[in-house]
Amino acid sequence: MEWRDDGIVLSVAQHGESGAVLEVMTRSHGRARGYVRGGNSRKQRPVLQPGNHLALVWRSRLAESLGQFTVDPARSPLGAILSSGGKLKAMACLLSVVATSTAEGEPQTPVYDSLSAILDLIADTQDPVGWAAAVVRLEAALLAHLGYGLDLAVCAATGREDNLVYVSPKTGRAVSRSAGDPWKEKLLPLPAFLTQQTAPSQDQVIDGFALTGYFLERQIWVARRSGAPDARARFVDYLRQLAPQK
Amino acid sequence: MPRSHSTDIDGLIQLLAKLPGLGPRSAKRAALDLLKKRESVMRPLARTLEAVATSVDFCAQCGNLDTVSPCHICSDPRRDAGTLCVVEDVADLWALDRSEGYKGLYHVLGGTLSALDGVGPDDLRIASLVTRVSEGTVQEVILALNATVEGQTTSHYVADMLSETQVQITALAHGVPVGGELDYLDDGTLTAALNSRRGLED
Repeated sequence: MEWRDDGIVLSVAQHGESGAVLEVMTRSHGRARGYVRGGNSRKQRPVLQPGNHLALVWRSRLAESLGQFTVDPARSPLGAILSSGGKLKAMACLLSVVATSTAEGEPQTPVYDSLSAILDLIADTQDPVGWAAAVVRLEAALLAHLGYGLDLAVCAATGREDNLVYVSPKTGRAVSRSAGDPWKEKLLPLPAFLTQQTAPSQDQVIDGFALTGYFLERQIWVARRSGAPDARARFVDYLRQLAPQK
Repeated sequence: MPRSHSTDIDGLIQLLAKLPGLGPRSAKRAALDLLKKRESVMRPLARTLEAVATSVDFCAQCGNLDTVSPCHICSDPRRDAGTLCVVEDVADLWALDRSEGYKGLYHVLGGTLSALDGVGPDDLRIASLVTRVSEGTVQEVILALNATVEGQTTSHYVADMLSETQVQITALAHGVPVGGELDYLDDGTLTAALNSRRGLED
C-alpha cells in the first residue's frame, strides 16, 4: 500500500529514541497517522511542527497498520504564528478540534481546505474574533459531516425563518425568539453569524463555541472518551479575557 | 540458547544500551572496549561515575547541575543579578553560557508544556520562577525557549504568569542564523526573520 498526498501536521508524539508518530490531516486521505523514521532527529524536528504543511508518502504492507511516512516540508505558517500567544492558542484549538472530531482514514477534503484556510487566516490577520468564528463554523461543518448537523434554517416550533436566536439542546434545531423566550434558560443561544452574513462579536463567538461544543461533546467526544480538548478551553478563556469590543 | 558471556557482562550491556545513541549492538561493543581498557578507562570511569552520582545535584535556585548549591553561576558576584534567562533544559543553559554573550543568571524550567506527553505547569519549575522574580532583584526576564510550537506555547504561558510582577519580559529573536544562506532557510524562519527586521547600525 502506498499513497502520496499533502497534509497538515496535527500532532507529533516521540516514539523510541529518534522516531515519531505523526498525525496529519491530508487533502484526499482524511486524518492519517504513521511512523516517521528519524522524526525526532535534529533535522526532522523543525519540519514536524504542528501546523506545518507537508508533502507526504505513506507506505504500509497492510492498509490497517500504522504505516510509515516519508515527509518533505511544503510550507509553514509558523513564522507568523509563533511570536503571538493568541495565535498559538487559536492554532492549538483548531488542530485539537480537527484531531478529535474527524474519523481516521475517511477522506474529508473540505475539512482539509478549511483547516488550511483558517491556519492562513490566523497567520495573516490579527483578529481573534474572526479566527474564532471560522473555528466555530468548521465545528458546525464537522458536526454536519458526522450526521449530527444543526438545523438552523427555520424555527422548530413556528416554522419562521427570521429572528432565530436559540437552539434546542435536544434536537439541534433553531428556535425563534418568540417561541423560545419562555424556555430561554434551557435553550442554547444561537449567534447571528451562524445564520446570517454578519460580523461576529466577541460574545457571539463565545456563544458559538458553547453551542457547537455542547453537541460535539454529546455526540462525539463522550463516545470517544476524549472529552473536550484542553486547547479549545484555553482559546475560549483567551477570548473571554480580551478587552470587550466597542 | 548457548551463553557466550556472563550475566555480569549482560547487565553492563543492558545498562549501556539505555544511554542515548546506543542500541544493544553498540552497547556490546562499548562493553567489550571497556573491558579491554580496564585500567585506563573502565576503572577511572567507574570512579568518576560514582563521584559524580554522589556530588552533583540540581541547583536549588536555578536548576543547573553542579557540585554546589547555589551553583557556580548563581553565586558568581560578577554576573548581573537583574537579568534572568529562562531555558528549557540544562543543555540549553550550557549552550547559552558557552556563547559568552550573556552575563546574567539563568532559570531552568525542566521541559516544555506538552498536552500529548502529559506535561503540565506543575511539572515544570514555573512556580519557583515566579517566586524568584517576585523577590524584586530581577528587572528583565529573557525567555530563551526553543522556537518550536511547544517551546513558544510555554514561553507565552510563562509570560502570562509573570505579567503581574512588573518585570520587563523579552524573548529571543527568530531569524537568519550567523553564516546562514537565505536559499537554505525554511519558510517559517524566513517569515519570522522578515517580521523582525531591523534598521542597520553604523
